[in-house]
Amino acid sequence: MPVYETAGSPPIWRRRNRNQALAHWAMWLTGTAIFVYCWMQISGATTWFFVWDAPRIAGDIWDRATPPRWEYITQLGRPIWDTLNIATLGTIIALCFAVPVAFLAARNTTPSRYIVRPIALLIIVSTRSINSLIWALLLIAIIGPGVFAGVVAIAIRSIGFCAKLLYEAIEEIDETQVEAITATGASRWQVMAYGIVPQILPAFAGIAVFRWDINIRESTVLGLVGAGGIGLQLNASLNVLAWPQVSLILLVILAAVVISEWVSAKVRGAII
Amino acid sequence: MSTSSLHTHRELDDMLGTRWRKPKLVKQTWLRWVLWIGLVTYLIAAVLTIPVDWSRVYEGLDRGWQFVLAFMTPDFVTRAADIRDGMLESIIMTIAASVVGIAISIPIGLGAARNIAPLPVYMICRGIVAVSRALQEIIVAILLVAIFGFGPLAGFLTLSFATIGFLSKLLAEDIESMDRVQAEAIRSSGASWMQWINYGVQPQVMPRLIGLSMYRLDINFRESAILGLVGAGGIGATLNTAFDRYEYDTAAAILIIIIVIVMGLEYLSGLIRARVQ
Amino acid sequence: MTHTGRSPKGPPDPSEMQNVIKMRETPMLRLEKLVKTYKTGDQALKAVDLEVPSGQVLALIGPSGAGKSTLIRCINRLVEPTSGKVWLGDTELTGLSQSALRRARRKMGMIFQEYALVERLSVMENVLSGRLGYVGFWRSFTRRYPQADVDEAFRLLDRVGLLHMADKRADELSGGQRQRVGICRALIQNPELLLVDEPTASLDPKTSRQIMRLICELCEERGLAAIINIHDVALAQRFVQRVIGLRFGAIEFDGKPDALTPDVLTTIYGEEDWEATIQKVEEDEVAAE
Repeated sequence: MPVYETAGSPPIWRRRNRNQALAHWAMWLTGTAIFVYCWMQISGATTWFFVWDAPRIAGDIWDRATPPRWEYITQLGRPIWDTLNIATLGTIIALCFAVPVAFLAARNTTPSRYIVRPIALLIIVSTRSINSLIWALLLIAIIGPGVFAGVVAIAIRSIGFCAKLLYEAIEEIDETQVEAITATGASRWQVMAYGIVPQILPAFAGIAVFRWDINIRESTVLGLVGAGGIGLQLNASLNVLAWPQVSLILLVILAAVVISEWVSAKVRGAII
Repeated sequence: MSTSSLHTHRELDDMLGTRWRKPKLVKQTWLRWVLWIGLVTYLIAAVLTIPVDWSRVYEGLDRGWQFVLAFMTPDFVTRAADIRDGMLESIIMTIAASVVGIAISIPIGLGAARNIAPLPVYMICRGIVAVSRALQEIIVAILLVAIFGFGPLAGFLTLSFATIGFLSKLLAEDIESMDRVQAEAIRSSGASWMQWINYGVQPQVMPRLIGLSMYRLDINFRESAILGLVGAGGIGATLNTAFDRYEYDTAAAILIIIIVIVMGLEYLSGLIRARVQ
Repeated sequence: MTHTGRSPKGPPDPSEMQNVIKMRETPMLRLEKLVKTYKTGDQALKAVDLEVPSGQVLALIGPSGAGKSTLIRCINRLVEPTSGKVWLGDTELTGLSQSALRRARRKMGMIFQEYALVERLSVMENVLSGRLGYVGFWRSFTRRYPQADVDEAFRLLDRVGLLHMADKRADELSGGQRQRVGICRALIQNPELLLVDEPTASLDPKTSRQIMRLICELCEERGLAAIINIHDVALAQRFVQRVIGLRFGAIEFDGKPDALTPDVLTTIYGEEDWEATIQKVEEDEVAAE
């Protein structure tokens, strides 16, 4: 906490000394410069004529999209069912893989710290870094479009997410409980079943429901790239500029998101 | 003493030889069965209604294997210019959107915290947060592309909008759970509202705000990779083209770059979070 | 109930103890030059030699960091000793394979400081977990234990007065109740030796005394040997037949509880006014009568 003394005036207190202040300003300056550069790039790639015209276009779209074409909902039953299945089955499959990966990745349960653990962490980071839409694109190229590709895409994307949260929960368990079970002469698997699993079960349930909620959201848009669910209808309607159908689908998606969030909040409340 | 021990022993005698089973989570037997049967029925129905063309999947295995091989020999060179431009655009969108999104999130987050904002402000800010959270990035991007035309501006606006919902909500929750005594101490010194926020609230929530901002930067980058699919700029368009042309080695190269950048960002945010705490 | 005559409250009869020691020629537990050096370089145990005859209850006292916990954990190899040997009867524990070690661990029940119950399992499951070394994985996983085990669990819970709590979850119990469940879990293993790590450290004085008394009574009923790590010198003096004083990983004192003089305590713990501690024991005795 620097205090400057100048001749003839009382000492002045400053929050930072001169070097700190300079570094601080340099940091802000660099940050601002980077931001301005980014903005210039974006602005350079933008056709500003369209942007000035945007309010009119937005109004135009709004006029076309309202009122939604309510009777179209009769055709959405199957897509909604598919969407639900993509999310649910995807989550279940992901959990089946995430559990072993998490045990291999957690410092206190991994069989080998220098070989298996890095591989498990690599699985986690690579499945997690790539969005489910990209996984869907990839899977459609491999196994063809459809609901199945959507299920697998959601499952792969969720493995890393669930395994990461789960292995953090495993690393936080109370080791003395594990020690106590080990001291009874229990085998490795029994230690797992009695010492570790009961401790992480609440976290596991919470993670499963949390991810299911996210997966409902993600599975509504997978259809945009052809991986089944209600997104297919959205894409089809957008392609023919059937705005009243688009607005109805968006309302349905919104409802699905709200309901799934409500369900997951309820279930999590019941567990904890 | 003797009567009580007699009593407990009768209880013990009754229990000896009886089977013991773990108490069930759901007490009523019928309800337990209904839940199980319901679950199994749903799963069977769900699996049966998924059309799977197994011959197509079988053919796909070969392509899948080629993709795995492509990961071993990614091709960064052939489309180097496309990849570089796309990546740069993604990064630019990410940075710009994160800065703007965070800047807007702070006032909205303050407004959405019940303990410091008046009720009308609170309702409006919570409304903004709810709308932003309910709408998916990709859907927002579609609408914004329709309105503003193709290009990174739509992507930038999408990511900024999504950042607001994410960050404001978490910031508001953090402010609501902060230590009241510290804030009251500042208020009791006669500080104005701005001074109160600056001295009483900001120091408490700043470390977490920085941590969350880094996390959001990471999410924004990952999301920016898909915005290109709907024409909102970034690497997504290049990636989509690579898949369409079955150029798995180029696609693999892009995915590897994304993974490496995400890992780098995670490492960086770990460092920064360790420093501010 | 087959209570033997001796009151657990009073100090043990020295002649009886002598008999016990003379009767057995091979000690049930023998430590030979046991050394434990942690990776950090801390030498927790420096060549400890110790023999425990069958049926003897001994207290391990010493300041924090003296290696008491390490010593206990080296016996059942929860902590792997760096060198030296541990014999349980005729079995050399150090050098056993993992599966043989598991079989040997069944003979050593362990009681922990913070109870170490699996909090989210029921009392009954916690007690039955003491039989894990005897039943196969699938049986333990589906909780289908042999009826003999279930009956024994009921008897033990009845013995410690917790039969009515059998289906409660462990985290609903009070500290003293949890420690009783911990005792049941150790005893259902049908051990020859109890390893007891600070059983009273998280309990209030009254409950501490009840728990110590219970442990010593049960050891006597079943003829078990026990090694009890304990901070509370006064409590140790009251209940055990032999006291070992540990300091910097080496044994400084080995004798009867009444041989613990202020001088001895000074060598174990360092300089302090020990008269008060010993005084307190006598006062406690008077108060307890």
